[in-house]
This record gives sequence, structure tokens and C-alpha cells, in this order.
Amino acid sequence: MTPPSFSPTGIRFEKIDKRYGGLYALRRVSLEIAAGECVVFAGRNGSGKTTLLRIAARLSRPSSGTVSFLNGSGASGETLPAAGFVAHATMVYDELTAEENLLLFARLQEIAEPAARAELLLSEVGLLERRNSLVRTFSRGMRQRVAIARALLNEPAVVLFDEPATGLDPQGVSWFVDKLRGLRDSGRTILMSLHGESEISNLATRAIRLDAGTVVADTRTGANFRSILTFANA
Amino acid sequence: MALLSNTAVLLGKELRTEFRSRELLTTTLVFILTIMILFSFTLQSSGGDSRSVGPGLLWLAILFAASLMLQPGFLREQTNDTLSALRLAVSDPFAIFLAKLIASAIFLLLMEILLLPIFAILFNVHILGVFPQLVLVFFLGSLGIAIPGTAFSAISAQARMRELLLPLLLLPLLTPVLVASTEATAGLLSVQPALQGKWLGFLAGFDVVFLTALWLFGEYLLEE
Repeated sequence: MTPPSFSPTGIRFEKIDKRYGGLYALRRVSLEIAAGECVVFAGRNGSGKTTLLRIAARLSRPSSGTVSFLNGSGASGETLPAAGFVAHATMVYDELTAEENLLLFARLQEIAEPAARAELLLSEVGLLERRNSLVRTFSRGMRQRVAIARALLNEPAVVLFDEPATGLDPQGVSWFVDKLRGLRDSGRTILMSLHGESEISNLATRAIRLDAGTVVADTRTGANFRSILTFANA
Repeated sequence: MALLSNTAVLLGKELRTEFRSRELLTTTLVFILTIMILFSFTLQSSGGDSRSVGPGLLWLAILFAASLMLQPGFLREQTNDTLSALRLAVSDPFAIFLAKLIASAIFLLLMEILLLPIFAILFNVHILGVFPQLVLVFFLGSLGIAIPGTAFSAISAQARMRELLLPLLLLPLLTPVLVASTEATAGLLSVQPALQGKWLGFLAGFDVVFLTALWLFGEYLLEE
């Protein structure tokens, strides 16, 4: 099956504030992520990484500021085409089988030949033999594989990973690194927050450090790049 | 068209998960059955008592059972944050509400149809001659409970004290539906059964108004 093409998409955050009551989760965050970049967000718990990813996915609305999406020619729009999001929670139904989950989301996204796409992804994540098992019978790592398969159903131009290695064993992490490398090399834009996955963070082309909702470091090369990744690995 | 196809897919999911677990249907069925049996002992099964009080008790039981049934609607979606996955996947968030409220109305109607013969026996009322009309009243009444119930289920799922909040918001709002449904049911179970158009019209109007409000503002209820 030939994978359908996708439009390279970048993201621009302009003066993003996110408040929960009087508490700032993000404060004046301005970033431009070019199409095809693989960005890792580092920072302590509560630094705003997850909030920023959820705003990028359009799951959360900023209190102020704007998010726009840049196509290959640099023109911007407010509609995010085809984003895949892997959150800390699995975002799949425990009471459905792995195949039923993928078919459900494939049909909702009106993907052509949903059964074939679900089968391909189940094969890629190594769960084809367990396709008819309820997700609640899976280990955390297996559930995470289903979650990753769900996020990739629509062959997204932008992929957002919030601590994607949660629950994956070393073999699963290696599999994920290969998958991520493939996504990066195909020109997809990748944003991820990480905790302690050195193999994964080494694939990043850009590292951004958040502290108390503010960008405190942002670099692509040099010694600072390593220090930010080291922070992510701490 | 995307709204309809998304709703159909989600409705399939709602029905499949419920019929697989039978969690909501079993709980509410047992609840209503218990209430009906208890009250059938305290009321005279012959005479006017059953006909005048029976419909009110039946709808009161349905209302409480519905609040049990509606509570998990959006709570289940929070367990694995599947609501976020749905919001990312659907082209119109109203499909999420539509599927849930249709599923709730189907479950309520199914439960009511199953319980009607038992109600007729316990309260000594005749339903055979007015069964289609009763189903129409139950259909409109169940929608009247399911539409605002689904909206408030979405609100309460994100709140603290969520178990308390849903009945607190829902029960006062549903009083008009309860009155109209009870009056329409009582009219059909009276000595000279009659389908009262004004109550049916009220129920249909209530359903349309709240469905429109949900269509207009539902998206905001799903936001974080």
C-alpha cells in the first residue's frame, strides 16, 4: 500500500499564555517550529511541556496568544491538518480490542480502507497476533503501542509525543526509536516531551527547555544542546 | 454528512461497549424493578390509586435510574483520556454528544419497554390498547432526559464532587419533563385513555430547544 502524501507543516506559537485560575502554566511563549523539525521539550514537572503540546494539538485553548500552522510555502492558517498525538494516557478504549480501537478512530477520520490501515499498523507495532484481544488485557507497554498506532492512523504531518516511552520495555524503546527515526526522516514535524529516554532524545534536531512556563533555552547545535538534552535525561 | 457518519461510528462504539459489559442496563433495570416492587406493596393494586400514583412513581424511578446511567457517559472517556482522542478524530464535536445522547435514549427506552409489562402487572393497569402511544411518550420523555443529561454529564465529568454535581444540576431542570411525561402517561392509563397533545407537544418542544442549545454550545463543554 502506498502511503498517501502529507503537507509539511510547521507551527508558530505567538505570545502564548495559559492560566489555570491565577496560576500560569505558560507565560509569553513564542516559538516557531519549522516543518520537518524534531523538537524535544525538556523541563521539570509542571514546567508547561504537556500544556504546550495540548495547545499545539488544539485540545486546549490558550488564555491569550495565537497558534498558527505553516505550510511548506510558509503561509499560515489556524487549522492544524492531520496531527497525531500520543499523550501520557493511552487515549484508547480498554473495553475494545486493539483492532476495534484502530478501526473506530480510522472510521472517524474517514481514512480510506480503514481495515487495511489498521492491519498494517498493528503489524508495525507487533500486535497483529493480539488484534482481537481486549486492550484491558494488555500490559502498559502494549497499550502504549496501540496508542502510537492510533496516533499514526492518518499519517499525520505533525506528531506530538508526550512522554512516549511510558511503559515501553527496552525492546519497545528500540522499536520506538526506529519508528521515530522513520517519521523524522520522512519530513514530519515532531514535538515531544521526554523524561529519561536518551536513545529517543538523541534523535532531536532542536532542544527547548521550559521552566515555570517560560522558554529559558532554545538551541539546535552546540554545547547547550547537550545540556538541555541532559536535563531531559535527568 | 461527516456529522452523521461520525455519529453512526460513535453510536456503534457506545452500543458495543454497553452490550459487552451490560453495566448500565443491569444497574438501572434492577434499580427501577426494586422501586416498582416496593411501591406495589404500599399501594392498593385495584382502584384509582395505581392509575393516579403509578405513572408518577414510574417516571420518578426512571429519572433516578437515568441519573445513574448518565453519570458514566463522559467519566468513562476520562479514564484513558479517550475524549481527547475523539476530539482530535471527529470533524464536528457535536457528533460525540449526539452519539452519547442517542445511546442513552436507546438504553432508557429499552429498559422502559422491558419494564412496562411488569409495571402493568404490579399496578394492575391495562397497557395493551395504548402500547404504541405509551412508547411514543416514553421515547419523547427519554430524549428529554438524555439531551440535557448528556450535556450535564460532560460538565460534571470535569468537576470536583462530580457524583453530586450531576443530579444537583439535572433534577431541577428535568422537573418539567417529568411533569409532562407523567401527565401524558397518566392520560393513557386512565379509565378513558387519551393521548394528550399538549403534553406531547411540550415534550417535543423541550427536546428541540435543548438539542439546539447543545448543538450551538456543546463544543465549549468539551474544552479544558
